[in-house]
Amino acid sequence: MEIKWYIGLAVALFCTGIVGVLTRRNSIIIFMCIELMLNAVNLLLVAFSKMHAASAVMQSNPNVVSDAQIFVFFIMVVAAAEVSVGLAIIVMLYRNTHSVDVNFLNRLKN
Amino acid sequence: MSITEILFWGLAALALFSAVMVVASKSPVHSILYLIVVFFAISGHYILLNAQFLAIVNIIVYAGAIMVLFLFVVMLMNLNAESEPKKHRMLQFAGLISGGCLFLVLIAALSETAQATSLVQMGGGNSGLIKNLGMVLFKDYVLPFEISSVLFLSAMIGAVVIGKKERS
Repeated sequence: MEIKWYIGLAVALFCTGIVGVLTRRNSIIIFMCIELMLNAVNLLLVAFSKMHAASAVMQSNPNVVSDAQIFVFFIMVVAAAEVSVGLAIIVMLYRNTHSVDVNFLNRLKN
Repeated sequence: MSITEILFWGLAALALFSAVMVVASKSPVHSILYLIVVFFAISGHYILLNAQFLAIVNIIVYAGAIMVLFLFVVMLMNLNAESEPKKHRMLQFAGLISGGCLFLVLIAALSETAQATSLVQMGGGNSGLIKNLGMVLFKDYVLPFEISSVLFLSAMIGAVVIGKKERS
């Protein structure tokens, strides 16, 4: 496959996540759309690493594919930690306002 | 059309359809189930690229752990489609337009680059196997690996502190 198809797929997934963040008010759905964007970026990173596996970069640095995939692994690690804290915040929000609507968060202003 | 291309297009169509359904479906539980389908499709892409370790980690961590956490939270809150808050029609339209504009700009900028037609190595190569990645992870990246355990500890403490009931 050519890399442009992977770029197209990842950009489409990322923009679907953006549209979800912009159009929904349910904070859980917004959070899931952020996960979707993270996964689109991960997919593109893996595709680029395999693109360099076939090119001349591989000769100068034979570890380039492994490095890229370790990078994706660390993104997943950080995402897992982020989800646990984020869901705790959403649960606390629900307990205080009995809603997951992000518009209620403007109470933080005062 | 080779079998790899057929698999690529099938998985891409599945991922895109499910991603749109995540955004479009009314009930949060349906959104979560569609997001699990997206994660499985992305894992399929990883397998096509011979990144087997990442495919397994993606299924275990995302589809297995994170989405179950989401599902539990949604079921604890007893949300349903009727109580779903909705944005104004114009705001939804504006969000759709801006997302579409970003898509067009990114595609237009990236599709004409010199590297756009470089081939991605499908299948072959053993860099993505668990053996090689484990060697790299525990030799070159052992310090970030250990630091990430501190990150998890702080995330766990943070989640417990935030989720604890306040005594008033």
